[in-house]
Amino acid sequence: MATKKQNIISKIFNDKSIQDYVNVFPNRVGSQGFDAWGFNIKNMKNNMRLTKYLYEDFYKVETVGLENVPKEGRCLIIPNHSGQLPFDGLLVGYSLLTNPNGARAPKAMVERFLPTVPFIGNWLSSVGAVIGDPINCERMLDNEEAIIVFPEGVRGSNKLYKQRYQLQRFGSGFVHLAMNNNAPIIPVGIVGMEETIRSYADLKPLAKLLGMPVLPLVVPFIFPSKVFIYFGKPIYFNNDVHKESDIKERVDIVKAAIDDLLKQGLARREEYQRAQKEKNKKV
Amino acid sequence: MEPKKKILVTGAAGALAKKVIDKLKKDYKIVAVDFRTKVDLGIPVESYKVDFNKRLFEDIFREHDFDGIIHLGRISAQELNRFTRYNANVIGTRKLFDLARKYNVSKTLVMSTYFVYGASPYNPSLLDETTPLKASELTMDLVDSVELENLSTIYLYKHPELNITVLRPCNIAGPGVRNTFSMLLSEKRSPVLWGFSPLMQFIHIDDMRDAICTAFEKNIPGVYNVAPDDYIGFQDAIKASGSRPIQIPSIPPSLTEAIAKFLNWKSFPVYLINYFKYPVIIDGSLFSKTFNFKPKKTLDDIFTYYRSLK
Repeated sequence: MATKKQNIISKIFNDKSIQDYVNVFPNRVGSQGFDAWGFNIKNMKNNMRLTKYLYEDFYKVETVGLENVPKEGRCLIIPNHSGQLPFDGLLVGYSLLTNPNGARAPKAMVERFLPTVPFIGNWLSSVGAVIGDPINCERMLDNEEAIIVFPEGVRGSNKLYKQRYQLQRFGSGFVHLAMNNNAPIIPVGIVGMEETIRSYADLKPLAKLLGMPVLPLVVPFIFPSKVFIYFGKPIYFNNDVHKESDIKERVDIVKAAIDDLLKQGLARREEYQRAQKEKNKKV
Repeated sequence: MEPKKKILVTGAAGALAKKVIDKLKKDYKIVAVDFRTKVDLGIPVESYKVDFNKRLFEDIFREHDFDGIIHLGRISAQELNRFTRYNANVIGTRKLFDLARKYNVSKTLVMSTYFVYGASPYNPSLLDETTPLKASELTMDLVDSVELENLSTIYLYKHPELNITVLRPCNIAGPGVRNTFSMLLSEKRSPVLWGFSPLMQFIHIDDMRDAICTAFEKNIPGVYNVAPDDYIGFQDAIKASGSRPIQIPSIPPSLTEAIAKFLNWKSFPVYLINYFKYPVIIDGSLFSKTFNFKPKKTLDDIFTYYRSLK
């Protein structure tokens, strides 16, 4: 057991392949390796080493449709959100960093309370997380960056296990941002994360008492699960709406696209699980 | 030959004012004032110790026909009490503006600070000049800084003949600078908050001198952030300057406050605790474009200087 642990640690920290990816994507950091949002190239390299292990060995991620992500220029990456902790954002980010069609270092919009948490706030911003303020997002789109936004917010990440693969209410801010900044939306369906950390209740009164947005009652174990990430075709919206209900319609278009990608992912997972069972039988 | 124009520089005892005076004294006749002391700046520079709120201050305007004012003098929150500071910084500045109007001064530059934006976890990055000033929401000790800005903005629009330019620089650093964060870079051991390393911007004192002189001479009134587009985490800056960080507990916040009060360090004041936690990154692009300004000194130049002190 000790040797297995040592092997994993050695694999994570001695991985030299990360530098190849870092050399590829555009470098927008200053003389000390930081950009204006706290993204830090050194921390990101270390984080990539750890994420590589999670991505390749733990979640064994399979991606489909990475060619739909623009190689350069502004875009909003819009996935479903699940799994209590933001590992889904980490995996989508890693898939973009290692995209064979054109590596990109994306940013991810996160909950506003996170900067107040010691260590976590700093670590998140150093690997590309930015507080979910539209001003931040517009500035980064102006810089032609790729930005991951979870329109479900905590409603998605902290939903109960029994609600898995049911998309929660979407905020509409991302459609405004896409329209106002002429940015394509890339819908993303993530299958597999919903089973990894299972929540059976939301302890709302206690959460309120502690000043937290949610306090889920979870099984303290990360269930292993193969993850499938499906990237859909870019969706473009003209900046021509007259009322908020038009925005709602556009939000529903994106939501339907993600729902469709989830269905494709779930079908692929069933196929994969059948193949695994047959393989095991033969063995 | 046209006689040299005359300008009044306030806060003459400060390192930045001395550099500004040194640069401008070739082309202007300089009158230097400071509330702390009569500063000896050499023969061509007349120097006075004054209190803006005393009637004698007007005598300087009666005696000299000023073309412009560079208002750098301010009592910092480390000096004197809140009431005296407000009187000197806000009421005193009002007096200065009124005298400037009475004696037909046609150019006025006011030095502010990025502190006026306030360090909040909800701040977006790259705050521009239209961002609301929220510092007084966080601490009463910065009320005078925000009020000084508000007063300058009122005079800027109500009395356009004064041609007021307000500069909001990021942390100024380098030889002689005594503000909170530059003092921390110069110390051997510096307090930091455990688990927090807010992103910061630093501008070298020589670049800030050039920014002030350029803005004063080009005279394009308005409010401008002054900051380079280069950034570093605070704890990284401390280490890069050869200082050793002392980790102060950051949770619960009341414990941090109690520690700051107990230690009573000038370089770790209670009213700035949020600035040790959350970034206040300002967008200096308007100033850069308007005045064609680019800092010459890098962050490495700044940290090399502080390392050389250790």
